[in-house]
Amino acid sequence: MKKYICFFKLRFATGMQYRMATVTALTTQLIWGLMECLAYRAIAEASGGKMPMDYSSIVTYIWLKEGLLVLFNTWAADNDLFAMITDGGIAYELCRPLSIYSMWFSRTVGARIAEAFMRCVPVLFCAFLLMPKAYRMTLPVSGVSFLLFLLTVFLALGITVTFCMIVYMLCFFTISPQGWRMVLTGAVDFLSGNVIPLPFFPKKYLFLLELSPFAYMQNVPFRIYSGDLMGGDVYLCILKQIFWLAVLMLLGIALWKKAEKRVALQGG
Amino acid sequence: MKIRKNLKLYMKYASVCTKSIMQYKLSFLLMIIGRFIIAFCELIGIRFLFSDLTQIKGYTYGEVLLCFSVIQMSFTFAELFGNGFKVFSGIVRKGEFDRMMLRPCSLILQVMGSRFEVGRTGPLLTAVITLVLGIRHSQITWSAAKVWTMAAMITGGTLLFIGLFILEASMCFFSIEDTSLMNVLTYGAKTHGKYPIDIYGKGILRFCTYIIPYTLIQYYPLQFLLGKKGSIYLAFSPFGIAVFLLICSCLWQYGVKNYKSCGS
Repeated sequence: MKKYICFFKLRFATGMQYRMATVTALTTQLIWGLMECLAYRAIAEASGGKMPMDYSSIVTYIWLKEGLLVLFNTWAADNDLFAMITDGGIAYELCRPLSIYSMWFSRTVGARIAEAFMRCVPVLFCAFLLMPKAYRMTLPVSGVSFLLFLLTVFLALGITVTFCMIVYMLCFFTISPQGWRMVLTGAVDFLSGNVIPLPFFPKKYLFLLELSPFAYMQNVPFRIYSGDLMGGDVYLCILKQIFWLAVLMLLGIALWKKAEKRVALQGG
Repeated sequence: MKIRKNLKLYMKYASVCTKSIMQYKLSFLLMIIGRFIIAFCELIGIRFLFSDLTQIKGYTYGEVLLCFSVIQMSFTFAELFGNGFKVFSGIVRKGEFDRMMLRPCSLILQVMGSRFEVGRTGPLLTAVITLVLGIRHSQITWSAAKVWTMAAMITGGTLLFIGLFILEASMCFFSIEDTSLMNVLTYGAKTHGKYPIDIYGKGILRFCTYIIPYTLIQYYPLQFLLGKKGSIYLAFSPFGIAVFLLICSCLWQYGVKNYKSCGS
């Protein structure tokens, strides 16, 4: 009996460790979100109501961004996979009778959804209930838009992950994956609307951006939720999301086919 | 004499670290470019936000750029020199700190020296570009006092962030828990400090004065720099950071005294 109690204590202590990590992450995100809300408040006041998005949409955008951070960020790609590519662990992966692309794709999607689910519940809970009234997140504008939000979240996640897959695949062609990753993800972070929401981009740049896959990542679901994106545009965006998902996936698979032939094990 | 010896040792550390990074030139170059891009995107972000605005709470585009530049520069220098404190939990975990304690030389020097990383300097380029843009867009009549204020803000800012890194490192002595909450105070300040602190309202301004003295290197000297408040005393407020640094290093010393190896 004693050893079981020991095991219980051990697991409990480990669990508590993670709980502490969750609490600190939550606090960090809440402060981060609140600071952004305050900054946009000042910007809203300065613009005298002539902003490209109305203030409550921005607040909702910010909280969704914080809540679903792990779903859509490109910089927090799976470090294990990078390690595998550089230290030779990939050899074990190659032994499995599975396609590496599908395996890594599902692995990344699974990890992201699981983590996002754990993170978003407390963040969104606080954003709905505990924040000062002016900085509170609002409910979706309608039931339909909520359903469309859910659909586009998954499509956007698909696009983000297929993009990450391309980054992983590129790492097969270099021995310094961290550098490539930083260059690519730094830019994408900005282009997908993580620094400022895309409606704040000047029209001519926005036009160019809408020709790229980056405008169809987090930008689409977050704006559908708050009603900033409505009507026919929504369906057009969904079609473009499906298009980019397919293109990026094919590109990733093609890259993998190429990488597979020349994979070199760096020791390990 | 001792200072000179220490300085020489630090240079030695820095050159060894740099040499080891230079073994992977492409990686180093990409790291610099990557960090530069991340910071540069933030600059473009400010530019885009200001495309329809003339001011935020009385601060013009050029004035916000100056503020952004000061914070970026401070943070980059702090990361360059104080990186050892930032990754201190790793140093402890690997048992490296135990080894450091055996050597007859200053611990702070070893911690700071052993993790000197030139690759961190990428955002510096952005900060310089921002500074040039900021000077061009803002109507400041530059005088010796104003140049001094600017330099004091950057130096003070660097020391403030180093102080925060020391604080983060000291926490490793007292708790094995995640110290990521400190990220709010370091990265958070870097990200949100690009706007003068008073745009966030009175509460935040108070926190940033009495709890962590960000305002000493940002808000108050900025008032003098931009000519919003005339008092020249404000130009000397970055000196206050010395007190903050002293408190942080006392905590560090106290931590070192109570250090128990984690045994790996």
